[in-house]
Amino acid sequence: MNVLVCVKRVPLTGGKIVLTEDRQAIQTRHLGFTISPHEECGAEEAVRLIEQHGGSSTVLTLGPPEAEEQLRDVMAIGVDRAIHLVTDGGEWDPQATAAAIVEAVRSDSEPYDLILFGNESADSGNYQVAVRVAHALGLPCVNGVKGLSVQDRTVRCEQEVSGGRDVYLVPTPAVVTVKEGLNLPRYPSVPGRLRAKRKPVAASTPARVGPRLEMVRLVLPPGSVKQAEILGSGPEAAPAVVSMLAELGLV
Amino acid sequence: MVLVFVENAADELSQQAVTFARGLGDELHAVLICGADQDAAQLGAQGVSVIHVAEGPDGYAPAAWAQSIVELAGLLSPSAVVGPGTDRGNEVLAHVAARVDQPMAANCVSVTPGAPASVLRVRWGGSLLEEAHVHGSPMLLTVAPHAVAAQHNGAGEAAVEPFTAALSDADLLVKVSEQVPAASAGVSLADADVVVSGGRGVGSAEGFSVIEELAELLGAAVGCSRAVTSAGWRPHTDQVGQTGSKISPEIYIACGISGATQHMAGCKGAKKLLAINPDGEASIFAGADYAVIGDLHQIVPAISAEIRKVRAT
Repeated sequence: MNVLVCVKRVPLTGGKIVLTEDRQAIQTRHLGFTISPHEECGAEEAVRLIEQHGGSSTVLTLGPPEAEEQLRDVMAIGVDRAIHLVTDGGEWDPQATAAAIVEAVRSDSEPYDLILFGNESADSGNYQVAVRVAHALGLPCVNGVKGLSVQDRTVRCEQEVSGGRDVYLVPTPAVVTVKEGLNLPRYPSVPGRLRAKRKPVAASTPARVGPRLEMVRLVLPPGSVKQAEILGSGPEAAPAVVSMLAELGLV
Repeated sequence: MVLVFVENAADELSQQAVTFARGLGDELHAVLICGADQDAAQLGAQGVSVIHVAEGPDGYAPAAWAQSIVELAGLLSPSAVVGPGTDRGNEVLAHVAARVDQPMAANCVSVTPGAPASVLRVRWGGSLLEEAHVHGSPMLLTVAPHAVAAQHNGAGEAAVEPFTAALSDADLLVKVSEQVPAASAGVSLADADVVVSGGRGVGSAEGFSVIEELAELLGAAVGCSRAVTSAGWRPHTDQVGQTGSKISPEIYIACGISGATQHMAGCKGAKKLLAINPDGEASIFAGADYAVIGDLHQIVPAISAEIRKVRAT
């Protein structure tokens, strides 16, 4: 089977988000980059499915030239090849992103049995690119999956809901968005990283259609910094902690 | 008029979406999928004038639900379609948006109608907001959980109108075919009044014994940070964060957690936060109400011992 996993380069924000002066982006001068935890699980699942069923896995990203770093990271855990839809780094809205991915999938030599996405991107959290891609390609789409298996061209998807799990059975080809917890992603090995350097990356530059969900500026949420009351240092602070808990009616 | 998708009339987040939609100042219609007539009175009191009850498949089928909303919107020509910012609210509205080829703004905290409409919406799980223009009609949006409080406006009863959409086989391809009940009991993270949580500073899976001991004394759920689940010390079901559980306990006790934005996105609903960390400069303290500086391996057992002492007297 052939599996495609779509990922997005995002900054590793650490403990505090600082915006650029024009408030168009997060200040990333001192930050590293990564992909969403959901997408890490998607990549891991792609590798496991190919280990189990044979075939080939591909990772796709739409992002700036630097996003090749994330493609290499994903190939380092065992994904075979990459598609890089290169942008100038500006914000692409969900419709433009989906259109570019649809075009890339249609023009690719590989027909995919399964196209995996993270349930939502870590940064913009639009919850819709996968659904738009599935609709345009005429494929079924299951979202928020935390359990996945493929047998006889049927994908069994499990979704965590209040009180248990909902199960969906859909025929391939299909689009599935996954959530962290689906699996425990492996760390790339040194030989894996070396192999990833030689794996093929097909780069192209899609045309960006005008944004219809247009980001105007980023805004830091108000009141997110509190002044903590220091109850003490070390184990000697225990009585102060317990009297605080008692005030809340917990002890 | 504005059409609001009510996932579940008894659910607080659906009611918040109704309140938010009412804020658009237009006549308000609701759409419910599958019979839910008993909730009609309640929605009337929230300002809904007409409830469209769409006949649907048994159980959840996102594309079919979306198709019903698309057809209804075709008949009613609403200026906006609003849904709750839940997993299913976002999923159904995304299908609606794909079908009508219009933009959709997920998890909005406020909206100013216009051409284009202007929204303030959640990014990074709530660690950041975005001001955006929505160039589309109808305006499609979901409401961030707890952006508004659900409010009744005391208006009259809503008329209930049944509706049947023409669903294709393709619309019904994705549907819930089986429901597996959860095995474990115990205090669930999402509902717990107290959560005691450990981060990288706990050091090992075994190190969680002190966290578990304190949690048991307080009748609390045990949580953890992403570093802990990535290391395999705890299952992902224990993870608090943007990609884990979002919690809203009376108090959150964060032990050895640095306070990355990914983690804070999951615990910002906590009414109080006690942080225990050896690094006085750790980001977690910027979000904390109470702070104890030092090694959790000494402090947490001391708190447990103190609770036992207080209870024994």
